[in-house]
Amino acid sequence: MHSIPGRRLIMGLFLIFLMLPIYWLVNMSFKTNGEIISTMTLWPHAPTLQHYRRIFTDESWYSGYINSLEYVVINTIISISVALPAAYAFSRYRFLGDKHLFFWLLSNRMAPAAVYALPFFNLYSAIGLFDTPWAVALAHCIFNVPLAVWILEGFVSGVPREIDETAFLDGYSFPRFFIKILVPLIASGIGVAAFFCFMFSWVELLLARTLTSVNAKPIAAVMTRTVSAAGMDWGLLAAAGVLTIIPGALVIWFVRNYIARGFALGRV
Amino acid sequence: MDKTVNQKAWFLVLPVFLVVAFSAVLPLMTVVNYSMQDTFGNNQFFWNGVGWFKELLDPSTDLGGRFLASLGRNLFFSLVILAIEVPLGIVIALSMPRQGWTVAACLVTLALPLLIPWNVVGTIWQIFGRPDIGLLGYVLNHIGLDYNYVSNDIDAWVTVIVMDVWHWTSLVALLCYAGLKSIPEAYYQAAQIDGASRWAVFKAIQLPKMNRVLLIAVLLRFMDSFMIYTEPFVVTGGGPGNSTTFVSIELVKIALGQFDLGKAAALSLVYNLIILIVCWIFYTVMTNAGVERKVQAEKEPAAEPKPSVALKPVPALKPKEGVA
Repeated sequence: MHSIPGRRLIMGLFLIFLMLPIYWLVNMSFKTNGEIISTMTLWPHAPTLQHYRRIFTDESWYSGYINSLEYVVINTIISISVALPAAYAFSRYRFLGDKHLFFWLLSNRMAPAAVYALPFFNLYSAIGLFDTPWAVALAHCIFNVPLAVWILEGFVSGVPREIDETAFLDGYSFPRFFIKILVPLIASGIGVAAFFCFMFSWVELLLARTLTSVNAKPIAAVMTRTVSAAGMDWGLLAAAGVLTIIPGALVIWFVRNYIARGFALGRV
Repeated sequence: MDKTVNQKAWFLVLPVFLVVAFSAVLPLMTVVNYSMQDTFGNNQFFWNGVGWFKELLDPSTDLGGRFLASLGRNLFFSLVILAIEVPLGIVIALSMPRQGWTVAACLVTLALPLLIPWNVVGTIWQIFGRPDIGLLGYVLNHIGLDYNYVSNDIDAWVTVIVMDVWHWTSLVALLCYAGLKSIPEAYYQAAQIDGASRWAVFKAIQLPKMNRVLLIAVLLRFMDSFMIYTEPFVVTGGGPGNSTTFVSIELVKIALGQFDLGKAAALSLVYNLIILIVCWIFYTVMTNAGVERKVQAEKEPAAEPKPSVALKPVPALKPKEGVA
């Protein structure tokens, strides 16, 4: 791959631009509130862990993280398991209405969450799922399932058709072929799709906040409410923010080698 | 590779269809239902026909004025975002290191902002831009600029735009990087033999190869910026005044703030329709691009790059199926 002159400088500047606001958040999370408000310091002069300690010991705080992880995991499992067969179908077969169906799926990925907030509230209240992780997990399916189908379709298309045919000639039944042969072949694709489902479910707030009140409140909602109630506890807010970045950073590390291909939805 | 016609494939698609239909079609029917009615609370509804839609598209009414103003702001915002993020993303992708551990390090750092919950992105910039406790606001005010995103329209806009550039340029960059990585080294060697300039290589080899991923990037960025809600809501709350109130913010205000279900539903439908149309245009362009590539590749199946290839649009080595 050929690059442009001055690339190190450009890259360096851009990475600094990316990291500076994050650094500031981390920096603030280790300061006392007195230091934050009274002086402008580039690093914490009296480092403290008080904010982190409060989050890890106060149930209303740490349960927010558990709730968030719960619906994110449920959503990822649902999305991948329904999207896999569909991706295979879209990749290999032509059937009545396939193009329209694909476009309809795609259009749901693009639908604004704000449109669905209120109807979802009514729907999930009516079927008794309101304020459970299942409500949020199912609601997030509206954009994650189409995305998973889209990504996996790209990866399945990369598997030569001869492999299917050979397997069927060898007497594999369809489910057995699917689990024993196809899934291992596109394992990296499944990883990438799971990463994206995780990511979009983890970062979404509007639906997650609308569909929960007490028991399943996500960390994002805990952050907004506690801050407005207790005045401005900047250090605590910063510490909570830092802790929401960590799961994402961990997940990126696992898929770093596939990340570029994944962002291209498996079709480069 | 032709796909075989097999109607049984519907069974494979059925789970997806059911899940998405449950969470898309049912709620949408509710929205359509509400959009034709008016409510004065207490679950009493009155038939209003197309009244809300008429009001919505008439700038002289309160609802129409608010909708069209926020739509205008949102379109302007999306265009500015695209104009900055797409070229910047390409430049960043071209600046990626070639090999070694720095590649992984750059990729992980680039992807980091994408995985931060949107309200935390808002929080980060809310803090970062504050003149009293934020580095950015503090520095700007100390070098003599009167910067305050809470009270000044232009500062609020700049903050929201810079925040979005910070948040999403990486997506464009990663997509372009994936496109660039798929270019075989032989193309560059051919270009070198031809004595092609840096700019010629970019125009004749790299840009055509990035076409497809760029299209995805533009589509995703347009859609996501068109329905942006959380980040500006956290930073500016739609203010000062209404200056950063985008369509989603306006919609949530009407739906969950005022509980004006009829108005909100009508707005939702029009909003959705706009997105559907734009989406359809992109989809058609994308599918056609896929078909064209296939046809072109069939005409010219030779995979070996000829020296002259470098100065012509390059045919795809491995033709991929269209999106569908």
